[in-house]
Amino acid sequence: MRVPLSWLAEYVDLPADATSDSVMAELVKVGLEEEGSHAFEVTGPVVVGQVLEFTPEEQTNGKTIRWCQVRVAPEGSKAADGGEDVRGIVCGASNFEVGDKVVVCLPGATLPGDFHIAARSTYGHISDGMLASARELNFSDDHAGIMRLNEMGLDPKIGSDALELLHLNDSAAEVNVTPDRGYCFSVRGIAREYAHATGADFRDPKGNAVLNHGEGFALSFTDPTPVRNQPGMQRMILRSVMGIDASRPTPPWMIARLKLSGMRSISLAVDITNYVMLELGQPTHAYDLDKLQGGITVRRAKVGETLKTLDGQVRKLHAEDLLICDDSGPIGLAGVMGGESTEVDSTTKNVLIEAANFDPISIARTARRHKLTSEASKRFERGVDPMIADNAAARVVQLLEVHALGEGNILGAEYKELKPIEAIFLPSDFANSVVGVEFDSAEQTRILSEIGCVVASVDGGLEVLPPSWRPDLAHKTDLVEEIARIGGYHRIPSRLPVAPPGRGLTKTQQLRRQALSALVGAGFTEVLTYPFMSAEQNQWFAGEQPVKAVKLANAMQEEASELRVSILPGLIDAAKRNVSRGLVDLAIFEEGSVFLPAADVKVGSELPVGNQRPEQSQLEVLNSEIPAQPKHLALLLAGARVPSQVGQKEIAATYQDALNAVLTIARSAAVELEIRQAVRKGFHPGRCAEFFTSDSVLVAVAGELDPALAAQNDLGRRIAAAEVNLSQLFAAAPATLSASEIKVMPAATQDVSLVVDIDVSAASLQQALVEGAGELLESIVLTDDYRGDNIEAHKKSLTFALRFRATDRTLTQAEATEAREAGVANAAAKFSASLRA
Amino acid sequence: MSGSTPISESAVAQTVASALAAIAQATDLASLRAVRQATVGEQSEIAKLNAQLKSIEPEHKAAAGALIGKARAEINEAFAAREEQFAAAEERAKLAAETVDMTAVATRVPFGARHPLSLLQDQISDVFIGMGWEIAEGPELEHEWFNFDALNFDADHPARAMQDTFFVEPVESHLVLRTHTSPVQVRSLLERELPVYVLCPGRVFRTDELDATHTPVFHQVEGLAIDKGLTMADLRGTLEHFARIMFGPEAQIRLRPSFFPFTEPSAELDVWHPGAKGGARWVEWGGCGMVNPNVLLAAGIDPEIYQGFAFGMGIERTLMFRNDVRDMHDMVEADVRFSQQFGVNL
Repeated sequence: MRVPLSWLAEYVDLPADATSDSVMAELVKVGLEEEGSHAFEVTGPVVVGQVLEFTPEEQTNGKTIRWCQVRVAPEGSKAADGGEDVRGIVCGASNFEVGDKVVVCLPGATLPGDFHIAARSTYGHISDGMLASARELNFSDDHAGIMRLNEMGLDPKIGSDALELLHLNDSAAEVNVTPDRGYCFSVRGIAREYAHATGADFRDPKGNAVLNHGEGFALSFTDPTPVRNQPGMQRMILRSVMGIDASRPTPPWMIARLKLSGMRSISLAVDITNYVMLELGQPTHAYDLDKLQGGITVRRAKVGETLKTLDGQVRKLHAEDLLICDDSGPIGLAGVMGGESTEVDSTTKNVLIEAANFDPISIARTARRHKLTSEASKRFERGVDPMIADNAAARVVQLLEVHALGEGNILGAEYKELKPIEAIFLPSDFANSVVGVEFDSAEQTRILSEIGCVVASVDGGLEVLPPSWRPDLAHKTDLVEEIARIGGYHRIPSRLPVAPPGRGLTKTQQLRRQALSALVGAGFTEVLTYPFMSAEQNQWFAGEQPVKAVKLANAMQEEASELRVSILPGLIDAAKRNVSRGLVDLAIFEEGSVFLPAADVKVGSELPVGNQRPEQSQLEVLNSEIPAQPKHLALLLAGARVPSQVGQKEIAATYQDALNAVLTIARSAAVELEIRQAVRKGFHPGRCAEFFTSDSVLVAVAGELDPALAAQNDLGRRIAAAEVNLSQLFAAAPATLSASEIKVMPAATQDVSLVVDIDVSAASLQQALVEGAGELLESIVLTDDYRGDNIEAHKKSLTFALRFRATDRTLTQAEATEAREAGVANAAAKFSASLRA
Repeated sequence: MSGSTPISESAVAQTVASALAAIAQATDLASLRAVRQATVGEQSEIAKLNAQLKSIEPEHKAAAGALIGKARAEINEAFAAREEQFAAAEERAKLAAETVDMTAVATRVPFGARHPLSLLQDQISDVFIGMGWEIAEGPELEHEWFNFDALNFDADHPARAMQDTFFVEPVESHLVLRTHTSPVQVRSLLERELPVYVLCPGRVFRTDELDATHTPVFHQVEGLAIDKGLTMADLRGTLEHFARIMFGPEAQIRLRPSFFPFTEPSAELDVWHPGAKGGARWVEWGGCGMVNPNVLLAAGIDPEIYQGFAFGMGIERTLMFRNDVRDMHDMVEADVRFSQQFGVNL
């Protein structure tokens, strides 16, 4: 809401030096948010001048300019810039005549866009100023020619200040109005709040005009199917004004105030209805009475009905839309926008004024349905004071009489079925118990009265009847907020509450932090990416069957309209961006949710109402409809793992780094994983592994990206990547670990080289050795994988370093050998492994 | 064999003196070895003297033997000392030759880094853990009831349209990307035993185009305390404590009246940021208020017995003014340099 200061000052006292900034600073104290200042940005000597004579001069560029002599001060006096009383000015416009009074920007003036006026040489003359158009002054969009003040119904003194004449020295404060404060969408409401903030006297503009008696116009309202049981209309006033001259100009002060309020001047009648809406917060509408057929009926739309609204659009109506109709059918979308057929135009003689109060929810739904938010709907949605409709209608009549030279007429009607306002009981200590400030009964009464409540002292507290413009005050807590904000939030003391002893981070939260720290320790950098994917990206790592993803109904970009089922595609994107910026050595990871819809989505279950606890069964249904969102962690490596450096050649990042990182994460949660060779979409067919918990739950995948996928994303051929399902991994983490005994007797170490088929995985062979060797085997490390000379084709030789140790004695080599041979025997039995000769 | 001369003390002393002189003159281990050959070898003076022992009268033999033994010991000791000197010098020379440029630091493991947005959430969590609060989490793709209805957003209230919500197909599924972490508050109230003191950090979504100060995906941290007898004074105290930990002991907070459907009274929260770039100033930090009784009712809590407060702030915004991040793009583009400039410290 923008409020011109001159307007605000009519209804509340402003200090002489008030600026839009100082006004906003006061309004912020009572809960309006500062949005910004607005002004015309015209300064300096801008005066009323009169064209004495001009000579049209055709230029070589085909353009004709006028070389004008303009009187800018009474004969013999100095002009506002201290210069001569008559000036020679070059003007490109040709819409004026000798004798016209015009706006002259003298040297030293500044126009919007920081445009400085100076005497300058142009078209062979010294042009000593500028004749201004309305647009150049930011006054309106009119740029058909220069402003002719006589055409605007003005006859000011030559040399007088044009800024004052056109009210261009006014400025406006803009504040953001929260949804509970509909009444603040008016100068009336803002003036009231300013009074609350400063203690200045508030003069209610409600009293500006009093409605005359009206009768004789047919008005009916029917609403057999109210929206959410609220009748669509509480009130409607109809009044007529006869014999207006709709072609008369809107007075400049009104144009200036509308402009500062962010509204364009359209025509006198429309400007007046807008002006009254801004002043009182009550939307009004003016119909051309002679275009109306019969009386007015307010009703819900019928299926199939259409209406051409003022913006020229034909709208298909919905059965919930509330309509204003005459005998011809719909002539307006109630509370949202009028129709074209009964629009006031420059030939209109007689008008019918409508000031109504419509149900907020009905209007909100209609505005949303037709994607048509208007100044009227914005106000009705938030609630309009039902007691202001008559004053608004009267004010429109009054302004039409004064400025359009019409005459108010008795022809009119009224519908009134006001919803009763309920009194609220406010226990005397309730405000204190919520705010923590001692507000005595007198102060509570004073504040609540100040905001317009009728307050009565009753046993144990106050009985409070909220004012008609505050539909948001429905509960005692709402009253407490008023007491607190008017009383001042600065009075709230500070006290640190003591929470009951907490349990610290949950196990899962701890494990998450440990996993991230471990990766950071291993040289990985955390990044964050958006979880929005294209349908294609979501299939990059899918199996045979396409993976099902959650699709957004209102994605910001079509190519990112699904929620991720995997984090890796986002990381690939991130890698691509980094590489394109020259950051080619990457070890990155991201932790976050993925979104996995159930195979069959259940929809359309009834929403429980808001302000009571749903049944447990209802909650279970709600939760069951939410797709699973496990936490994943994905990582990706590219380029060098160890860069080329002194004494060290570059070590490229490989799938080994991805495998290691998965084990680092698992290790951080003390989970033992079994690794298996795998073939998965998105990965190199021979370089992919899956990791399983001891319960055979697949918790991670790692390997080298499919080179084709890497290439498609402008990445190199060898990109290592992994994705871990942290939720499942952490679920497998032991609650507590039991320590094993640290054996201190001397160890015996032996190596063993086994020849096996190439297809036998190192992990499974190692497992066979471990199982066969028994308890004496303390450690086993794969130290070599040899293929080639002296080894049969399709075979490989794997060498393991073994360390044996007993608990109670020094192990003899014979004992160690015996254990080793048992291991070898098991490997031989399982995988036909033979000792390398 | 007669007339043999008993070994004279002076001859022994002279032999020792010349041996010591030779040892002293040796310049390195090699020359010392030559000296050793000459002074204690088979052809040396001391060896010759020793050979004379055989012909000495038995009654003088012991004394002469002792004399020569002492001389030998004296010479050997000198050798050992000299040898040690040379060995130490040689070791020193060897080490000197091993000198490397210690400023040419190698990278064995690259330095890792956390993303500051994720790190800041952890740090804030720790502040509240320290106060006995717990960290609550919930789904990012949320049921509309938890995101709106339970939080006193009426289906038709303009406040519901105020939040630019991502909806999911089909819209009748009533699923939304949560617009705030407040649904976690509702879940906490439904699931936990009273009193409840929880902090809810996490990712939230609104349909804002990415620009220097907006992003459709961002992070919030919200706090919720429901207990008997909590007032706005407790809210202020908690926020003040929090602000001082985040921005230093000089930090202050200021509450301004505002509106949120889920709180009443509601307030905007400003923080006096003493370390702000360009000088200490007030900065808009978040929103807060006393939990609206309707929210408590939605969780089955009697607002006549329990009440409490809630607050929330944007992590991006906090990072922007706390750590002088100028452009939202830096936080969302996953450029590793952004994370790496912070490492694991903010």
